[in-house]
Amino acid sequence: MKVLVAMSGGVDSSVAAAELRREGHEVVGVTMRLWGGESDTGCCSVSDVDDARRVAQQLRIDHLVFNFSEEFNDAVVAPYVDAHRHGTTPNPCIECNRHLKFDRLSQRARLLGFDAVATGHHARIERQPSGVWRVARGADTAKDQSYVVHMLDQRELAYTLFPVGHLTKAQVRERAEELGLRTAAKPDSQDVCFISKTGGRETFLGHRIPFRRARVLDESGNELGAVDAVELVTIGQRRGLRLPGGSPKQFVLEVDVERGTVVVGDEARLAREEIRVGAAMWSHEPPPLGSTVMVQTSAHGAAHAAVLEEVVSGASSHGSFIVRLREPQRRTAPGQSVVLYDIDNRLVLGGGIAS
Amino acid sequence: MSEDQVRATLAYFDHAATAPMRREAIEAMRPYLDEQFANPSGSHRFSRAARQVVDEARDDVADVLGCTPGEVVFTSGGTEADNAAVFGAVRRHGGVAVCSAAEHHAVLHCVEHLGGEVVDVDRCGVIDLDKLRATLSAITAHNERTALVSVMAVNNEVGSVTPMRDVARAVRASAPGSILHSDAVQAACWLDLRDIVLVTDVVSFSAHKFGGPKGMGIMVQKAGITLEPLIMGGGQERDRRSGTTNVAGIVATAAALRATVTHRATETTRVASLKKSLVQGITSQLTDVIETVPSSCTVVPGIAHLCIAGVESEALLFLLDEANVCASAASACASGAMEPSHVLRAMGVEPRFAKGALRLSLGHTTTQEDVDRAIEVVVASVQRLRAHRPQ
Repeated sequence: MKVLVAMSGGVDSSVAAAELRREGHEVVGVTMRLWGGESDTGCCSVSDVDDARRVAQQLRIDHLVFNFSEEFNDAVVAPYVDAHRHGTTPNPCIECNRHLKFDRLSQRARLLGFDAVATGHHARIERQPSGVWRVARGADTAKDQSYVVHMLDQRELAYTLFPVGHLTKAQVRERAEELGLRTAAKPDSQDVCFISKTGGRETFLGHRIPFRRARVLDESGNELGAVDAVELVTIGQRRGLRLPGGSPKQFVLEVDVERGTVVVGDEARLAREEIRVGAAMWSHEPPPLGSTVMVQTSAHGAAHAAVLEEVVSGASSHGSFIVRLREPQRRTAPGQSVVLYDIDNRLVLGGGIAS
Repeated sequence: MSEDQVRATLAYFDHAATAPMRREAIEAMRPYLDEQFANPSGSHRFSRAARQVVDEARDDVADVLGCTPGEVVFTSGGTEADNAAVFGAVRRHGGVAVCSAAEHHAVLHCVEHLGGEVVDVDRCGVIDLDKLRATLSAITAHNERTALVSVMAVNNEVGSVTPMRDVARAVRASAPGSILHSDAVQAACWLDLRDIVLVTDVVSFSAHKFGGPKGMGIMVQKAGITLEPLIMGGGQERDRRSGTTNVAGIVATAAALRATVTHRATETTRVASLKKSLVQGITSQLTDVIETVPSSCTVVPGIAHLCIAGVESEALLFLLDEANVCASAASACASGAMEPSHVLRAMGVEPRFAKGALRLSLGHTTTQEDVDRAIEVVVASVQRLRAHRPQ
């Protein structure tokens, strides 16, 4: 096969390229230039492109750079800023996968005659006996990234390869070391690539939206204090509220950007049984109503059993669904991705964005 | 295919990025990389021999450019010469730096860094003289002075030629006392450089664009024009550019420039006809392709710039590369990614065309076979991309 492998300059995608090469595929590496602004997290930087190119040279494959910075800004950065403006908690890495890696890049790859696109995600793609494609959790449960690639539909799944999904992170590093790749010991990227470590989210957003002060209230409406930027407050948050010490731990229960209020209360008050989810995407068909599913609401959080209660279908991610948890869990902040797995907690069924 | 076979079948259309070195230049520099390695600044006979070849090369360059040997400053390239002119003028004399919006980044970024003025270009990509005059007058009206005006002789992306004589008249009339600099890097193969040197104060050239080695440039700095040096040290190049003299580079630069000028008339005619056949071959077989610079403008024979609607440069270049045709879209940034062209934006090229920018640049090694290959591959690639365009 002729495979275009997305090489970020990290160890996982380096080894993904090496695995494909070892399997005898015709491999071309590509680094996407996504963020044109300042960054000190290492991601998207020229030094990452250097790493990716050097690895490609070592593997004797061609290496290209595609500039998708305009699309990245439109599909990832602008919505990220907008979400904060409206007081929700976005996940830009998922939007980047949805709009850049598995849309813009795969479109480009098809156009250029590639048979598949590959990335270094720790997840597996399996074809069921029924012929249906599914994302399965990666072999390394601690590094599993199926959550961030849950949006892949049948067409994209049939066109995508995750060559390191069957390896543990330690095995990936071992292979990189065996091959003498310069990325073998490179630390994992942790942060949002366009947000600098020194300035953080606050500086990034502060340059783009006006922060509004908000009153911090208890559930009876008594004013307890104030925060300078309601746009930076997330449901479930405990720190940074500048509440007087000595009182029981207080958690953010509600954020109302319009009214400029943040309501806090006991952790127990965050417990919810129901999660309402918009922008639904199904890997194949939605499972039957009433079926038991496992629900994961953060990249490395635990999955919890739930029942699928309602599904409203809608064209391309305009659908919605509701799940009811068997046991109440801490409320999911609006904007976070909610991913459904099968009852074995192994195969991705679909997902969406908490509303 | 082995790498040698690939190289033999490569159709090279990226002369504006860099040209293959001329045989004369390679031969000329060889002894100075080998047994004749002396530093010309020394005081022994070995050094004196090196000094002599550098002096001869300087005479030769001055003769070709129509200036005195004392006005020739060898630099590490066109970018250094541009930086030395812009920063050198502002640091020595104070005042505002002015340039056109279509300048190479080697000028544009310096002027922007210094908070200077950037003047619009017309549809040809050439500085708008009325706007230039207005800008210069406005600077005077604000009780400031213009330190330097920098206008490229030939645009590196689209190839349009600036009438430097007209620019000089405008500058002398509206900002007397300012320094007129021209980045003539892309002019070297095609225009009479004496005409450019005659009307300007400082001119930049880059050796590898005319068959010389990379890492060599020429800055002509006219007598009486003072610039703060960019690089200080041992005082080489009459204190205008310190650093151990690059003997081999200088000798090769002079040889390449001499060869270029000797063959210029015939090459210009030959390459102009190749370019015509290239452009016609492509535009006659494809719809929605424009020659980026309108036919009413003057363009050098070495650059064919097309804008192709319905394709993206990056995708097109990938297919050309697969078919062993080397071309370019615009300027690439440090990572190698294609950047949207500031030149096309300044010229007002419609975005749907600008996205499909393609620069095919020709030179002394280009043949009719190369042109035929390029036509075939470009047409087939564009047709393929358009047929598979995602909806």
